Amino acid sequence: MSQTAPAAPKAVEGSLNFLDDRLGSTNFFKRNARKAFPDHWSFMLGEIALYSFVILLLTGTFLTLWFKPSMHEVIYEGSYTKLNGVKMSEAYASALHISFDVRGGLLMRQIHHWAAVLFMAAIMAHMLRVFFTGAYRKPRELNWLIGIVLFTLGMVEGLFGYSLPDDLLSGTGLRITQGVLEAVPLVGTYGYMFLFGGEFPEGNHGDLIPRLFTLHVLLIPGVILALVTAHMMIMWHQKHTAMPSRNQSEKQVYGYPFYPVFMAKTGAFFMFTFGVTALLSTVTQINPIWLYGPYDPGAISAGSQPDFYMGVLEGALRIMPNWEITAWGHTLSLNVLIPATLPLGIVFGGAAAWPFLERWVTGDNRSHHVVERPRNAPVRTGVGVAAVTFYGLLWLAGANDVLADKFHVELFKTTWFFRVAIFAGPILAYIVTKRICLGLQRRDAAVIDHGVESGIIVMSPEGKFSERHVPVREEEKAVILSKENAKPEAPAVDGSGIPAPGTKGPMGFLRSRLNRGWTLDDIPVEDRGHHGEHHEVEEGERAGAEQKELSR
Amino acid sequence: MSDNKDHSTGGEQQPREEGGAPGRVVGTPSPAAERRLLPEGDTAAPEGAGEELDEQAAKRAERVVASLFVLAFAASVAFIAYYIGWSGRDGGMHGIERARESNLWLGGTMTLAFLAMAVGITIWVRRLMTSQPVVQERHELRADDATRESFAKTFLEGAQESGITKRPLLRRTLLLAAAPLGLAPLVLLRDLGPLPEKRLRHTYWGEAVRRAKAQGKKGVRLVVDGTNKPLKVSDFATPGGMITVVPEGIEEHSEHPLNEIAKAVTILINVPPDKMSPRMRARGWDVNGIVAYSKICTHVGCPAALYEQTTHHILCPCHQSTFDATDAAKVVFGPAARPLPQLPLAEEDGYLVATGDFPEPIGPSFWERG
Ligand code: HEM
Ligand code: FES
Repeated sequence: MSQTAPAAPKAVEGSLNFLDDRLGSTNFFKRNARKAFPDHWSFMLGEIALYSFVILLLTGTFLTLWFKPSMHEVIYEGSYTKLNGVKMSEAYASALHISFDVRGGLLMRQIHHWAAVLFMAAIMAHMLRVFFTGAYRKPRELNWLIGIVLFTLGMVEGLFGYSLPDDLLSGTGLRITQGVLEAVPLVGTYGYMFLFGGEFPEGNHGDLIPRLFTLHVLLIPGVILALVTAHMMIMWHQKHTAMPSRNQSEKQVYGYPFYPVFMAKTGAFFMFTFGVTALLSTVTQINPIWLYGPYDPGAISAGSQPDFYMGVLEGALRIMPNWEITAWGHTLSLNVLIPATLPLGIVFGGAAAWPFLERWVTGDNRSHHVVERPRNAPVRTGVGVAAVTFYGLLWLAGANDVLADKFHVELFKTTWFFRVAIFAGPILAYIVTKRICLGLQRRDAAVIDHGVESGIIVMSPEGKFSERHVPVREEEKAVILSKENAKPEAPAVDGSGIPAPGTKGPMGFLRSRLNRGWTLDDIPVEDRGHHGEHHEVEEGERAGAEQKELSR
Repeated sequence: MSDNKDHSTGGEQQPREEGGAPGRVVGTPSPAAERRLLPEGDTAAPEGAGEELDEQAAKRAERVVASLFVLAFAASVAFIAYYIGWSGRDGGMHGIERARESNLWLGGTMTLAFLAMAVGITIWVRRLMTSQPVVQERHELRADDATRESFAKTFLEGAQESGITKRPLLRRTLLLAAAPLGLAPLVLLRDLGPLPEKRLRHTYWGEAVRRAKAQGKKGVRLVVDGTNKPLKVSDFATPGGMITVVPEGIEEHSEHPLNEIAKAVTILINVPPDKMSPRMRARGWDVNGIVAYSKICTHVGCPAALYEQTTHHILCPCHQSTFDATDAAKVVFGPAARPLPQLPLAEEDGYLVATGDFPEPIGPSFWERG
């Protein structure tokens, strides 16, 4: 059973055999060691997120060794002399201690914070890659949903994290959290009392920081870790998607083997991620809590900004008109409730529903392993860019005071600008994006039909100059021809007057309308054999194409 | 995961494209040159990989990688050496200067160690690994119909054997037993905090005024937040400026001073009496134009801490709600829906005093507020 390569060093062979005798693990290793990993730069975005999370676990654990999650009031006498004699919570004092008395403590705090920022940024970029290439399509919807939950948890985890040191900035964040909680109808004040253990900020027993601490270092990271593990296992099992290329097909995956190539590359990537967060933490200052001072409910530092991933909420709160309804002895704070729930609800809820919506509209129930180029799904790409615009505008609105200051416009005007732009921007973005996609499709069609310019100018006997076109290279042709052209719609009723399946009733009507919208204006890109000489499309490719045809 | 027939490819799957027509980036204007600009990820092989290595180039690459690894080694050693040998001098690291220094050294050496290793491994992969790309089947994930059917049968058989389908009484009582068990943990959370009751309706000003009145005084003195110095009317006689005040005795007499301060912080502003709106004048809660408003923004509770003297606007820095100090803190812009509640002021023995609590709940709105 255990015959490894003859030259394997004793230590390796010994331990592999030890495991195999007990777990039968060699079967697993044999099957998986040479797993093919398709390659594309955008596939690294998820890895950045993964590795920043590992960095967060490592540095966070270091911080817990000194951090005191306590709201107990102390008078600071320590090595940051400017705050000597100042009343503060033990949490804040211990964060100062980590920064100024524990060697490497400041570095770890800064790496922890930078890694948190990188984690969220990488998750966002990774999600966009998955969305725009349609990689979330069947069979990968579950991993898409897990990703959305991870994003949400990351936001909450980050909010709780920067609340822990109990400085002026984090206290302001908590104050806003409390105000938003209070706006929840019916149970808001109860939620507030139960979270804080009484009134803001200390409650009856100073419970808040200890509670946030437990959530931040145990519960949420535990859930994130479990979900990340599931995410990776599902990815491994389903195999990675591949970018369309000559070598990829729905039936086969092409790439370098996990062992040794991918393993080495991903190892290098971990070190890059760690190296870059370390570099940022060496040369830049992030969250210098000692400059903000301890939390004081009556004070606020002007121009304080939350971490970037909270910017959308901040922006939404800023541009919302001041609507509030008071009736029958109750108050409904739409001015808080709407911005706190609607934008993220639209983005996350929409993202979660999207794969299922798309499947319903297109009626496409096949599995997809080769992803789609964004231009070949103009509606999806348009909606994606509209969502990014929506998010981006809210995010910018969260810094409207900074923008007003930078561009010397009145603050109120920036608010009004965003109030309009938040509706107009996404619509405009959708239209423009869709047009661009169609333009690119048109160009693709032209490339297939006429080839590419060769740079060779020929003169005809009559003296006319023209540029010679040559057929496009095979691998590029394969990429272009990965487009699946829209099919002519099935007639709504067939010969004997029976409606086509899925078109009955109001939902059927809606579905067929949306379906038409999905493929409207599609530019067919096909090889009509102008340059008859090359037909050596690979077998897998053709099989894939046939399968495409069949399953409608 | 039962795959990998491992078509470790020899000849038929070349990672590199053979010659052919001039290449161009798909989707950008065609550069009419002979340039190859395939998107990087087009499974083009890492340079060198999958090919016979040119032994000389390989030797060179090996030396580069090895130097990078040595550099990483040196950086880690420097990290340890700095930590042990230098960072703890003169009784250890204390204060901002030394923290900065240690951040620079520890962070710098650590960065170098990681990046040198990362670059080294990357060059190794690109220049020295001889792995060929592999092609593997993507199997259908779903089980075939026969398996599905047979499992469906197994499932039903099991259910029948257990009797759960045949004996509804068992089924229903089991569900009955499970339901409250699921609720029990929620009940356990009840002691997370007190019920809201009327807590959010009043502030410490009310209690302080009551105590003062019990001693036969007109109201409670306003003290400056931070120094706790009582304020005389004459201290604040010139228009302009803004200070933050709290009721006298809030730190000594209240059970949770920070919570009380978080509700009771009040801003004091001196507006020219002739600028005051008729509505405010009718209230008569000012002392010669000195007015007091709750500092807690009615939006989501940030301290409304900015005051613009020329326009008499109070501005909350969080989301820019703007209140007019001359007109009972009416909202003039921003997301806040309600004015900042005003505190009734009077003068007693030359001191500023409050004669009652805020007439309405301060801070953000809530459902029961009405
Ligand atoms: C996705 C995961 C995580 C995110 C996004 C995150 C984010 C943050 C942020 C933004 C801070 C504020 C840092 C600062 O002071 O500037 C923080 C503080 C902290 N985090 Fe995390 N964190 C994560 C995971 C963890 C884990 C797993 C642990 C421990 C096992 C941990 C322990 C701590 C501690 C003790 C603090 C307070 C110390 C201090 O602020 O100096 N964190 N976290
Ligand atoms: S808290 Fe004051 S404007 Fe939002």
